[in-house]
Amino acid sequence: MNAVVPLSALLDARQVWRGRALEVPSGDQPTGWRALDAVLPAGGWPEAALSEILLPVDGVGELRLVLPTLARLTQGQRNVVIVSPPYALCVAGWRQQGINMRRVEIVDAGEKDVLWATEQCLRSGSCAAVLAWPHHADDRALRRLQVAAVTGQALAFVFRDRSHLSNASPAALRLELEAPPRPQIWVRKCRGGAVPAQAIPLPRSVH
Amino acid sequence: MSWACINLPHLAMDGILRRRPTDEPLVLVDGPVNARTIVSVNETARAAGLYVGQRLSAAQALLSQFEVIPYDRESVDRWHTFLAAVAYRYSSEVSLLPHAIVLEVSKSMGLFGPWPRLESMLRADFTDLGFRHRMAAAPTAHAAHVLTMVSDGLAVLSTGALRNALQRVPIIKSDLPGHAKSALPNMGIRTLGQVLALPRDGLRRRFGAELLASLDRLTGDLPSGLGLYRPPDTFDLRIELLHEVENQSALIFPVRRMVDDLAAYLAGRDGGVQRFLLRLEHREGRFTDVPVGLLASERDGALLFEFARGRLEHVTLPEPVLAIRLIARDLPAFVPAGRDLFDERPANALPIEQLRERLRARLGDSAVYRLGSTQDPRPERAQREATQDEVPIEAHPRPTWLLRRPVPLRGGEPIILAGPERLETGWWDEGEVCRDYYVIETSLGQEAWAFCAPDEQTGWMIHGWFA
Repeated sequence: MNAVVPLSALLDARQVWRGRALEVPSGDQPTGWRALDAVLPAGGWPEAALSEILLPVDGVGELRLVLPTLARLTQGQRNVVIVSPPYALCVAGWRQQGINMRRVEIVDAGEKDVLWATEQCLRSGSCAAVLAWPHHADDRALRRLQVAAVTGQALAFVFRDRSHLSNASPAALRLELEAPPRPQIWVRKCRGGAVPAQAIPLPRSVH
Repeated sequence: MSWACINLPHLAMDGILRRRPTDEPLVLVDGPVNARTIVSVNETARAAGLYVGQRLSAAQALLSQFEVIPYDRESVDRWHTFLAAVAYRYSSEVSLLPHAIVLEVSKSMGLFGPWPRLESMLRADFTDLGFRHRMAAAPTAHAAHVLTMVSDGLAVLSTGALRNALQRVPIIKSDLPGHAKSALPNMGIRTLGQVLALPRDGLRRRFGAELLASLDRLTGDLPSGLGLYRPPDTFDLRIELLHEVENQSALIFPVRRMVDDLAAYLAGRDGGVQRFLLRLEHREGRFTDVPVGLLASERDGALLFEFARGRLEHVTLPEPVLAIRLIARDLPAFVPAGRDLFDERPANALPIEQLRERLRARLGDSAVYRLGSTQDPRPERAQREATQDEVPIEAHPRPTWLLRRPVPLRGGEPIILAGPERLETGWWDEGEVCRDYYVIETSLGQEAWAFCAPDEQTGWMIHGWFA
């Protein structure tokens, strides 16, 4: 066949399928931590999805990880709901981080109602972010939260013990916090990208 | 002026049927005990040959099984005023006529659209509430009422057309004074047109000024002279259940009806409700109260029902329920939530206020709150449930988690990252504290906010986490 066929004719006739690069999830929910944003595929938190944060023990920087995001959202007059926090919120500390406390709703739910309340908040569509500390959340419960986050277009953060790392999770992003010798973050799963091999250091709150 | 009349021919029967739909034959009876007469029948009873005006004994001879309920004048009046409150939504001039409601609609048409549209809105409201009705519009209230007696859906919108429309109305269907109504047909005068054509002097001599006045009110030469209805400032509705109810699930249906009525009443009044009471009445005057409180005033029927059901589900009935009463006294103005034109939230988003109500209904009244700062420097009292944030931001480092009570530090010796910050205050109110606060790092790598006695740096008590 010697006929010269212009490429554009082939394309116009739809005989050639053009491949595309895999869709990179786009998002504009930066975590506020530049080193972390750089390694996450969406350049920040996965939008309208569940993020799981696994910790060895309370008080190793789990809130520090999300506070810049919460500060950005509450200052934009978006609502943030905290479901069954393990301790009382220290208002002075939160305000130092730039949080507008008028936009923070605290919900005290019993152990059995934590997942229900979290799902209601996520599904409502009126909350920009929901933080929850469920004690007994299995794969199915987390999947419900993930679906609710999609429905309500909200950021869902679930804080759990590190021992759950070995169990599979439907979360779009799983971060593990490690304390000694110095606080750092391991990305254990991130939808739409490869898991970085290195840990990301998490700066202290007080220098 | 134009008036709409809603005639409610089956007010008593509909009031019963709407809370208990039944296909069994059912009649309402009235009159002395030894001569009970049927005053209303439902479709099944009518099909079986029972009719209004029949003696109860005659009915019992026709049909062996049917339900007999005594006609309750008070409940009919209650439904009548309730429906007036519903109509009040469409006009500020609402009056009550026997078994009918009239409302002035010439101004309402400016807001709701021309009469056909307004008529369909009114019909939809009354049909939803379960009341059969006939409707007509005319330049005077009494004419509209008379037109509903002859047919349904007549609309006469000019005075000239009104005379024509009244021409053929039979005297017995009109609302002329009683003696004239019975005497005129006997004289061979059978329609309103014939009466209107008679000389006025003669009519006055024979029947008195009362007949002329009512004819003038009919044609609009005299003002209608009806007292205007004013909606009451409290809502109080009581429904007697037809049998004793022992579990909550059987209460759901009547409660739903009652809450819908409350919503219709609120819409008519352009108000909301902040709290209401469901009173479950038992035998011998005992009752169980189920209060339903909301954070902000609401008036959406589905929403109110959801909260009422949430509260009702938590109630254990001590004994069977005979009647339910819904009392709403706290009826503040309803302020619809403003929404931003460029709001980024999904279109079907539930407003945050409604979300809070839903959570409160299941988790308890105090389960949803916001925190704000106070002026007190003591960490235990530096915050409370509030929405104000007028206090300046603390200059010294403060943790993000505050322990409800301080706990001693276990494990190895901590590293001091910052401090001390001395807090010495509260000597005036028995809550004296004198502590040195430090930011420390524990052997597990946690950053803690801890205190010890002044100048000691031992005996650490952890009071918060820099999480």
